[in-house]
Amino acid sequence: MEASKVIHAIYTDDDILMSAVKKVKAEKHHIEEIYTPFPVHGLDKAMGLAPTRIAITSFMYGCVGLAVAILMMNFIMIEDWPQDIGGKPSFSYIENMPAFVPIMFELTVFFAAHLMVITFYLRSRMWPFKKAENPDPRTTDDHFLMEIAVHDNEDSLTNLLKETGAVEINIIDKDEEDAH
Amino acid sequence: MEYTFSNRLKIGAIVCMVLGLIGVAYGFYDSHKYATVEDVKVLLASEDHGGEHSADGHGSAHAEEGHGTGHAAAEGDHGEEAHVEGHEMSHEEHVLHQIHNRPYAALYVAAFFFFMISLGVLAFYAIQYAAQAGWSPVLFRVMEAITAYVLPGALIVLAIALVANKHLFVWMDPEVVAHDKLIQGKSGFLNKGVFIGLSLFFILGWSAYRYIVRKFSLAQDNSDNNSYFKKAFRWSAGFLVFYIVTESIVSWLWIMSVDPHWFSTLFGWYVFASMFVSGITVIALIAIYLKSKGLLEFVNDSHIHDLAKFMFGISIFWTYLWFSQFMLIWYSNIPEEVTYYITRIEYYKLPFFGMVVMNFIFPLLLLMNSDYKRIPWFVVMTGIVILCGHYIDVFNMIMPATVVDRWFIGIPEIGSVLLFGGLFVFFVFAALSKAPLLAKGNPFMKESKHFHY
Repeated sequence: MEASKVIHAIYTDDDILMSAVKKVKAEKHHIEEIYTPFPVHGLDKAMGLAPTRIAITSFMYGCVGLAVAILMMNFIMIEDWPQDIGGKPSFSYIENMPAFVPIMFELTVFFAAHLMVITFYLRSRMWPFKKAENPDPRTTDDHFLMEIAVHDNEDSLTNLLKETGAVEINIIDKDEEDAH
Repeated sequence: MEYTFSNRLKIGAIVCMVLGLIGVAYGFYDSHKYATVEDVKVLLASEDHGGEHSADGHGSAHAEEGHGTGHAAAEGDHGEEAHVEGHEMSHEEHVLHQIHNRPYAALYVAAFFFFMISLGVLAFYAIQYAAQAGWSPVLFRVMEAITAYVLPGALIVLAIALVANKHLFVWMDPEVVAHDKLIQGKSGFLNKGVFIGLSLFFILGWSAYRYIVRKFSLAQDNSDNNSYFKKAFRWSAGFLVFYIVTESIVSWLWIMSVDPHWFSTLFGWYVFASMFVSGITVIALIAIYLKSKGLLEFVNDSHIHDLAKFMFGISIFWTYLWFSQFMLIWYSNIPEEVTYYITRIEYYKLPFFGMVVMNFIFPLLLLMNSDYKRIPWFVVMTGIVILCGHYIDVFNMIMPATVVDRWFIGIPEIGSVLLFGGLFVFFVFAALSKAPLLAKGNPFMKESKHFHY
């Protein structure tokens, strides 16, 4: 069941945030989300997030790019119309391969880079005209926000977060937020 | 942390050297069994005989074709101009020279290979100082120990070059030069005076830097300020300028001049990439070895990871230069340049393309994964393949010019590798035992100990 209420704890220092995350995790509360103005080194580890697999996708896209380059040039230069251009040996792919390597390399890099970026956009749901999912505009400047779901434990959670050094604690009704 | 040169390693190195010496001696004995042209005629006849009796009859035709082109390539090496002026040399005489050249070339390849490892490490070490790298100071003593081989290694290479004389460098043979207009035109640079003078000057420069910076590094351990570190920084920056010029020239003198009719502009860079990646690989191997003995507990996974990244990156850099040199010459196909690759592809197909697999494909696929770069046995395995690959790289640079199609990785070659490998291990580990394994005075030491990637 989705929790209808969430608690927003706001911090002003990334070191305090890190120790707060560790404390909240130790108390076995589930952190829904953390909003920070810049990458906080080690935050993903402290939150226990799974490592990214985007490098693996990039490797596979690179392989696709290499295959596209080889198939394309093998068809055009060797199979379809093997002309003698400046005495280059167009009898088989391997014989003329050095001339194709620059294109093979560039297409590998092109596919690996662009498809990986598009994968990143899709997985992190970013596109033009997307409505920003920012709970508090200050988190893009100098504040850090931790979001925790509330399951009938509002008081104990509030006390715990206060202890960790939160400068501001807000209870937000999710249903109201989602309504618009 | 002190290192003591273990007896087992010392005995192992000495055994390698003795076995190597026996192998080298056998190589010279074996090649001098063929003393005259008549002996070679007998040899060639027996080879042709073997071909005629091969099962499909294709063998003899192939053998004849091979000798025909072999003759042409050999002529190319000794100067086509020579023939224009009526200086003829029989096929048998060429083969005789090639047979005699082999043990010298085998010795030279192995000597240069181990020397270039230590010179590559010296350059890497200077870069770490000049860049004020925060991760590497825990490895400085390992690097300093490897560079202890620069002076003996370089002197050995020079000595072999001079002893081998015309067996390696045709331009050292006045008989050849007299009939060869091309070499005559280059004799302002390619003569023994310049060769010896420049080589000695470069060796002096490299070993002087090594001596000075090692002294500073040891003095910094017991110093209460950073003055020695600052001096080492300045010397390193200066050395890097000296190094890049001298490394380039030495690659023309010691390697490219075995083919005095051929030249390539990026050859110096190409040799540099080869020595740099082998040097970094050896740093990683020795660091992993010492760590497995429990002697480098301040070296962590991240240091190994960084070294493996360097091995990966510089392997690709080497391939980039190898391919750039090859592709430019293949594409334009100018006869005077392309003979270099024709000889190699004709007679050295397996080593020539095999080394690209060992130096590029293998490290590319194995060291791409971030986690694998932290697993010692993975790095060791890739490192051994990279080192073998770069031995073959040097082999491919020297052998086609000296023994042409009469190459083999046999007793003379393996013996030479054992001889200089033993010598290298002996010098490196003796130097390791002379100083504490932690350069504790280095101002970046604390950062380096806590380096984490």
